[in-house]
Amino acid sequence: MTATAMPAGTGAAHGGDAHAHGHHYTTTGLDNRKIAIWALIGSECMLFASLISTYLIYKGKSLVGPYPHEAWTDPATGTVYNPILNIPVTSFSTFVLLMSSLAMVLAHNAVVNKGKPRTGFWQKLEGNSVFWLVATALLGTVFLMCQAYEFTSFVHEGLKLGTNLFSSSFYTLTGFHGAHVAAGVLWLWTLAFIDLKRGLGPADGISVDICALYWHFVDVVWIAIFVLLYLIK
Amino acid sequence: MADSAHAHAHDEAHDHHPTAKTYLWTALFLTIVTIVEVSAYYYKPWEESAIYVPSMIFLSAVKFAVVAAVYMHLKYDHKLFRNLFVGPLVIAVLTLIGLLFLFGKAAISLATPA
Repeated sequence: MTATAMPAGTGAAHGGDAHAHGHHYTTTGLDNRKIAIWALIGSECMLFASLISTYLIYKGKSLVGPYPHEAWTDPATGTVYNPILNIPVTSFSTFVLLMSSLAMVLAHNAVVNKGKPRTGFWQKLEGNSVFWLVATALLGTVFLMCQAYEFTSFVHEGLKLGTNLFSSSFYTLTGFHGAHVAAGVLWLWTLAFIDLKRGLGPADGISVDICALYWHFVDVVWIAIFVLLYLIK
Repeated sequence: MADSAHAHAHDEAHDHHPTAKTYLWTALFLTIVTIVEVSAYYYKPWEESAIYVPSMIFLSAVKFAVVAAVYMHLKYDHKLFRNLFVGPLVIAVLTLIGLLFLFGKAAISLATPA
């Protein structure tokens, strides 16, 4: 049983999301697209939990280096390998991802409140959804560039996918996360392009909301990865 | 029936609506917690202490919860969304802990005779 007539704004936490959308609602009164994205996010929790478990189970069990936090000397060649993880670069990319989440909520805020009268520089900037969508996409791109730099430098330092247990589990986990970020960045550029072409308004709030939920999920996963992989030795 | 469900959802969905100011304060809080985390990594007395790992997990859990509550609107949104997220998350965390007990260092130390 699906209800078709809905009060304006129902089904989202933000005013105006449901305007002009007489469909997509269930008997719960909630937008089924939003229920679907939350179900997807729930299942993604399982995926990342399994990848994090694998990493933690193999942690400290690599027979050969390079290691994440300790130096290692190759007994065959005498080559000394420094600890592989680059905490300053990763801290910077973590900060970038956190700021991208801020830009994302501001983009959503700007879309659902489009049409409100705004005066002054900050208010106009706050209401500029294209700016915030592009900012989010750019910050996501910077995060991906940091990850590409990190992977490249690791490979140059001798840590390839099959080098040891650490490298296999590390690249798999961070690679999966990076793939999610890449998908999110593509999604964001698409929204920014649509906003630029025809403009996104309150009726499109749910579309931006769904993208925002996905993006914040990618952010919270990184919050866990950053501590468990990088900061805990 | 459906109307009452809609009205209920409508009420729950619009109890609060975070403003840009709330989002900025949240970002500031998250930045400060991240700075504390990274500082702890470099501050040897903390990094070598027994409370290091629990404190880092606690701080990341706080960040996780704040992003989920404020940015993902779980604090303001319908409880069904909260259940759809928290339910699988709890199962995922319990699975992670179970796997660590089965195959992690704890399992090895339990299996090794004294």
